[in-house]
Amino acid sequence: MIHVQSLTKEFSGFRAVDQLSFEVPQGQILGFLGPNGAGKSTTMKMLTGFVEPSSGTALVGGKDIRTASLEVRRLIGYLPESAPSYGEMTVVEFLRFIAEMRGKRGAARESAAAAMRETCALESVWTQPIETLSKGYRQRVGFAQALIHDPAILILDEPTDGLDPNQKHQVRELIRRMGAAKTIILSTHILEEVEAVCQRAIIIAKGRIVADATPADLMRQSSSYNAVTMRVATRDVERARELLGRLSAVERVEELTIPGAIRVFPRSGQSIAASVSELTRAQNLPVEQIQVEPGRLDEVFRKVTH
Amino acid sequence: MAAMSQFTPLFKREFLAYFRSPVAYVFIVIFLLAAVGSTFFLGRLYEGNQADLDSFFMYLPWLYLIFVPAVGMRLWAEERRSGTIELLFTLPVTMAEAVLAKFAAGWAFLVTALALTFPLAITVNYLGSPDNGVILAGYLGSALMAGAYLAISCFTSALTKNQVVGFILGVVICFVLVLVGWGVFTNVLAQFLPAAAIDAIASVGFMSHWSGISRGLIDTRDLIYFASAIFVGLALNTLVLTLKKAS
Repeated sequence: MIHVQSLTKEFSGFRAVDQLSFEVPQGQILGFLGPNGAGKSTTMKMLTGFVEPSSGTALVGGKDIRTASLEVRRLIGYLPESAPSYGEMTVVEFLRFIAEMRGKRGAARESAAAAMRETCALESVWTQPIETLSKGYRQRVGFAQALIHDPAILILDEPTDGLDPNQKHQVRELIRRMGAAKTIILSTHILEEVEAVCQRAIIIAKGRIVADATPADLMRQSSSYNAVTMRVATRDVERARELLGRLSAVERVEELTIPGAIRVFPRSGQSIAASVSELTRAQNLPVEQIQVEPGRLDEVFRKVTH
Repeated sequence: MAAMSQFTPLFKREFLAYFRSPVAYVFIVIFLLAAVGSTFFLGRLYEGNQADLDSFFMYLPWLYLIFVPAVGMRLWAEERRSGTIELLFTLPVTMAEAVLAKFAAGWAFLVTALALTFPLAITVNYLGSPDNGVILAGYLGSALMAGAYLAISCFTSALTKNQVVGFILGVVICFVLVLVGWGVFTNVLAQFLPAAAIDAIASVGFMSHWSGISRGLIDTRDLIYFASAIFVGLALNTLVLTLKKAS
């Protein structure tokens, strides 16, 4: 659905996006990750036709962003960073305006706006000026304008930025629901979001791709992937560290801040849970709690973007 | 006309945007007070004992100097400040449509304000029997001149994300264009420069093209001048947006 080919953007000598190439198949939810200033927003602005690439291009639904910008924009629903909108308009006025700009007039305009009222739960603020709304509602209005023409592709720049945990949850639910029928690219620096909604994550740093995998595969690169965290009696801590450290599959054992808690790290991500529990039983070491770590995305993120 | 299909909704939004805040009403009231004030007190409509609107049209270039940049300053600077420019130009709208729609909306607002000075025309008709053709020509010329001021204000608004900066730049450029053709200024220049040079300088400004129209003399060259001024202003507006819409 989206083919990005050596996409590059230079701003007065500085390369914000550097020869980026990737593909997004239809129906995928792709998370775009990276530190601030990595080039996430610039890439999205190029895909949506706001910024012209310096070189390279992208095909969106088979249309070239350089030569068929208007056709590309018709295919895409875009939520820019911090969801800008015309604050003096009411929600319904604003959505009617966007619908008209998207070529819907008369009854088509009204039904498109009414559908967004339900999808984005805007009933209670429908006739209020947007500037009087809370951040969460403004974000929903931003979603509504991006979805109003039922686009095949959704591009969302930090869709949950500045929202409280409940609102974040609602937005993620909405994205997941949309993902059933649409191709979605979303940028974020909230890693749990990628785990929660994305089928694939691309991490970029200094305008280049440094990782491209499923969130689960990325977490596998973390040193705590398959690590075993357990709790023993405080008097047993020393003995446990000693015994577990002798296992050939174990790289090291760390004591955590909670009294009695230790974490056993495996060599090169292998599964050690079975041998750890076997050892504790054989050595008659009472264990209160035991848990296998799934790996940490933030650690991988730091490793690859450093 | 499929290519122009986004013009109407954008024009409508921009035009109504003026009336979504009380500023538009305040603006219109002040404009009308200033128009009436300049006509009666500066222009001495009664004392002149002439049934015409010369004294109204005479001061219009000076009124426009403040009022038109005030109408135009919002158009692009506010899009930049609030970030909606990104929303606008990721909708399927061309640069030309957006520039024209915003300009047309501002112009329609100015023409509305101008049209509301109609009691002046009624007054002179009550007091005497003016040549209403001249008055009508004056109004049409005034509308055209407002367009020229507005195109320049659109351009200066596009230069910045600060409305006030856009306003001041607009006033300055329009002031220069008024000044170069103003009698007081050209009389000063006449002491140093030959007449041909002064005519050349004055022909760039608004006044030399306005003086005929304000007395009901419609000269095609003057119309072409104001139309060209609109074109140049909007071309610069488009150029600025193309070069730095994302910055």
